[in-house]
Amino acid sequence: MKNRGRIALASETAETAETVAAGGASAAAPKRSASANIAKFRELGLLAFIVLLSAGVQLRNPSFLTWENINDIATNTAILSILAVGMMLVIVTRGIDLSIGATLALSGMIAALTVKQYPGANPALALLIGVGIGLACGAVLGFLVSKVRILPIIATLGMMNVFRGLTFEASGGKWVSAHQMPDSFKAIATGKLLGVNHLILIAVVIYLVAYFFVNHTRTGRQVYAVGSNPESAAISGIRTGRILGLVYTVMGGLSGLAGVLWVSKFASAQGDTASGYELSVIAACVLGGVSIAGGSGKISGIVLGSVLLGILNNALPMIDVSPFWQNWIQGMIILVAVLVNALVKRGIDRNHLMRRRI
Amino acid sequence: MEPRVIADRREFSLRGFFLQWEWMLVVLFVAINVMNVNLSEFYWDFDNLRDATMGFLDKAFIVLPMVFIIILGDIDISVGSIVALSSVIMADLYNHGVPMPLAMAICLAVGALCGYINGLLIVKFKELSAVIVTLSTMIIYRGVAYILLKDQAAGKFPEWFGFLGWDYVAGVPFILIVFAVFAVAFGYLLHRTTFGRRVYAMGSNPTASRFSGVRTDRIKIVVFTLAGLMAAVAALFLTSRMGSTRPNIAAGYELDVIAMVVLGGVSTAGGKGRMAGAILAVFLIGYLRYGLGLVNVSAQTMLVIIGLLLIFAVMIPKLRLGRAIRR
Amino acid sequence: MSEYILELKGITKTFPGVKALDDVYFKLKPGEIHALMGENGAGKSTFIKVITGVHAPDGGEMFLGGEKVRFRDPTDAQKAGIAAIYQHVTCYPDLSVTENIFMGHERVAKGTKRLLWREMHEEAGKLLRELGASFSPKTQMGALSVAEQQIVEIAKALSVQAKIIIMDEPTAALTNSESEELYRIAERLRDQGTSIIFISHRFEDMYRLASQVTVFRDSRYIGTWQVNEISNADLIVAMVGREIAQLFPKKEAKIGEEVLRVEGLGRTGYFADVSFSLRKGEILGLTGLVGAGRTEVCQAIFGVAPPDKGRILYQGREIAIRDPLQAMKRGIGYLPEDRQKQGLVLQWEIGRNITLSSLEKLSSRGTIRTRKEREFAKRLAEKVGVKARSVFDLASSLSGGNQQKVVFAKLLTADLDVLILDEPTKGVDVGAKSAIYEIIGELACAGYGILLVSSEMPEIIGLCDRVAVMREGRIAAFLDRREMTQEAILRASMADEAPNDAQRRGELA
Repeated sequence: MKNRGRIALASETAETAETVAAGGASAAAPKRSASANIAKFRELGLLAFIVLLSAGVQLRNPSFLTWENINDIATNTAILSILAVGMMLVIVTRGIDLSIGATLALSGMIAALTVKQYPGANPALALLIGVGIGLACGAVLGFLVSKVRILPIIATLGMMNVFRGLTFEASGGKWVSAHQMPDSFKAIATGKLLGVNHLILIAVVIYLVAYFFVNHTRTGRQVYAVGSNPESAAISGIRTGRILGLVYTVMGGLSGLAGVLWVSKFASAQGDTASGYELSVIAACVLGGVSIAGGSGKISGIVLGSVLLGILNNALPMIDVSPFWQNWIQGMIILVAVLVNALVKRGIDRNHLMRRRI
Repeated sequence: MEPRVIADRREFSLRGFFLQWEWMLVVLFVAINVMNVNLSEFYWDFDNLRDATMGFLDKAFIVLPMVFIIILGDIDISVGSIVALSSVIMADLYNHGVPMPLAMAICLAVGALCGYINGLLIVKFKELSAVIVTLSTMIIYRGVAYILLKDQAAGKFPEWFGFLGWDYVAGVPFILIVFAVFAVAFGYLLHRTTFGRRVYAMGSNPTASRFSGVRTDRIKIVVFTLAGLMAAVAALFLTSRMGSTRPNIAAGYELDVIAMVVLGGVSTAGGKGRMAGAILAVFLIGYLRYGLGLVNVSAQTMLVIIGLLLIFAVMIPKLRLGRAIRR
Repeated sequence: MSEYILELKGITKTFPGVKALDDVYFKLKPGEIHALMGENGAGKSTFIKVITGVHAPDGGEMFLGGEKVRFRDPTDAQKAGIAAIYQHVTCYPDLSVTENIFMGHERVAKGTKRLLWREMHEEAGKLLRELGASFSPKTQMGALSVAEQQIVEIAKALSVQAKIIIMDEPTAALTNSESEELYRIAERLRDQGTSIIFISHRFEDMYRLASQVTVFRDSRYIGTWQVNEISNADLIVAMVGREIAQLFPKKEAKIGEEVLRVEGLGRTGYFADVSFSLRKGEILGLTGLVGAGRTEVCQAIFGVAPPDKGRILYQGREIAIRDPLQAMKRGIGYLPEDRQKQGLVLQWEIGRNITLSSLEKLSSRGTIRTRKEREFAKRLAEKVGVKARSVFDLASSLSGGNQQKVVFAKLLTADLDVLILDEPTKGVDVGAKSAIYEIIGELACAGYGILLVSSEMPEIIGLCDRVAVMREGRIAAFLDRREMTQEAILRASMADEAPNDAQRRGELA
């Protein structure tokens, strides 16, 4: 025991420890997670903004809040938000998918060509074909990103062109227009069930499934884990590659579904359908608070983000904003949203630092 | 400390010399030419080849700074939009009575300013990636072009403006001469100067570079500004060749440019790649397009080919064979 | 059933160019707290990664409860009841505390596979309360302090009913009272029959907790002792390998006028009220526990993360430093703590690494003079004794010690008066260590003022003329050569009473 005496610190510190521990506990008690509060605040803010915007537009143009127009906004937003669900998963894993507009066009085109060829076929078949093609496109991307380890931006930029080119190839550069589609096909998007448009129903079902998936399944949480800290995820035995493959495949499948819905809704399939639409989807996600740095994003957020974007797209022409401004406005929305997200994050970090009281 | 001799001369290795990415490109280049000659009898004609070269060189100007950007480990997908915006502003100013030379100067200034904004945002918001910043400015810049010109075309440039894209000096296309000058300048900047060395350092290890006194922020801003400036140069030549401009010109340029740079052996992980490879890739893709165009391969098929080429170019180094190749 | 719950025999692990573990032995009894000690780079961290299945050993055997086991991946080790709490907390900052605790072994409903959130929240809350934590399990992980995050990690280990918990320097980033809290938790776990492997640099940790101590040195197994049977001095000899005095060739540098003076320097959240002065030829030590703010002070002076309070005076004139380049132009150089991430471009050749910070000198109007650059690099590489064939060898191909010499060579390229050396011997083998000590000694003799940051007390005591001890972001004490003992330094870095103001300022006069 001769060395115990040499460092008498242990006993000294033990005495002071109790008082300090008590102080530490009381200091710790009032702190609530600041970031959680801000996340809540963000959604409320978004909602408030949507209400204000709608009210403002309504004052300028009374035909805005008519049943017809609201329905129009809702059906348009439905497709956007379906895609945003997939994009959110991709962005949560720190990725991005620029190919979804092309995937949408390709699967929409193939589905349209099928129903043109076989007008008697069940529209469910068209849906299946569209989703199947989307899944295949997504799986290719998933493979490139997870197995070959190509940067998502490069992989999706390259495949975007491949898919787009294939769309033109498949159609021979021609359109499939309304009169070539059977009514049963067009009814996919225009039909109603219990008085609610199919598109809205499908979108709601997808929100619910996605909500359950991200919040109540193991795999769903692993998506967030991979985005939050890829190294830890690997150490705790999560198969990162499979998660990445999964999110891109899901994204592809949703794009395929959206493709069929799109073609059915607008009753036309073209080579350049939904060209550049991926940007709106990304805008909806960042507006909804999905962090580009990965690891966070909520279904409720992206739904609100999509609604806001849908309202904007619908409202701008109604208050006589030239359609040529829309590009610019969308870009500014993305930029401002990511900058604000970044600044909020900085504020939170600074708060954490202040709490250290050094 | 015991004295120890450390060599400062490199041993020449023949194997190392030939195991360079550029040799692979040379082989590919020859292969494409052989294929093209077999595809079409019109291919191997000096005048045709020369004129074809003039057709694809405009985007080659953007390849030069894009090499720097990708070596930095960043990416810029707004370059196509910068081409459109600077071209549209030039046309708009000229049509409102601004003298052409001044309009051209403003075109260059607009390009540089767009690039500077990109660089500034990326440097000030380090938590955002260059992908998302240039993605949003891509939409914004083209958006401004649409606001200015709506859906119209603008043109009626003075006759001499066509010289840029269409004329020859002593039988050599003017655009080729200008490109050669820029290519040499950018190659020199990258491989011989302190600036280039620092760019490589930042691409390989940004933290160590900063700790070594490299002004990383400033370099990044300069590089992105150069990209904007060169996009404006490309706009000058492209507008001259087309004779008029629209807000949707140069759509998809970013893909072509990035594909050329990556095919040229520049690693998307940063820190690796050489200017010569990227320039070779410009001609490789250019002639491939031209040859396929001669046999009526559609523009859409070309899209597929370029897309696949980009994917394969990034895949090769990940394969075992590719790892041996020096870049 | 064996007497030992965990036993490792003859474990060997080699990484390209480095032998990280060489024939290592370890035995752990149930319900025992076993300290694992050794200097930085002695192989402790690698050893842990072998136990937890992150690395597969190249040779040797591992027995768990008497049965031979082989872990293919971390999940295997987790299933076997082994949990590790790493030095740097590895968590998911965007996820909730509950999720962090249950990641990898979530509670799911039978059949539907639905996550049972309520059950998990409740259990997480229970675990946290047991550990004396006051935050809610629904808190986001990123919002917690390091100490709180560590408690979450312990809760995670408890939630899998780990039989063996490994704590890798858990107290390094904790304040004194937080450490005490951790001790109590560890003791309670021990009393419940959990075995704990406790890794620490702090002798108090060991004396306070452990009954057994195993020492590694230079990737080798040195021995295992009962804690109350080995004297402090013997333990140090076991860890360091020789008497301390031997390692440090005594040099007598002439101490000249003041070159650097720092007054009231502070940066919110990292350090505050830091003042000291540094003279030519002097080696001023800066020590304290990891996380006490030493590196942050250095990086503030070097302009990496500028301070928001206080003044820096260089040769009597106040200067503002906004980035490292300015610092270097003024004559202040910095050898960073993490040479692989901050000091070197690993995939570059040695020569280019050496010249990176002095390209200005080796170029004319922006163009690099290649011949001149190579000769320059060669001269400096030889001067610091880098073991390499040519200046074209890649930095990544060198051993840790030689890499560090390259970073030293880099510092010598500039015209500097002040060198800030941040853990210059971290992860360096003993041979290279003494070579580095020699370099430091010669630099002091050459008139450089040197600020030496180190966690290794022998190094501080052997090299420094004075030492400033930091605690929780402030300088707790200055000790001169006569007062410098391990005990005094430890006392200053750990004590809870407020630092003596007179003592702090007095040194500046």
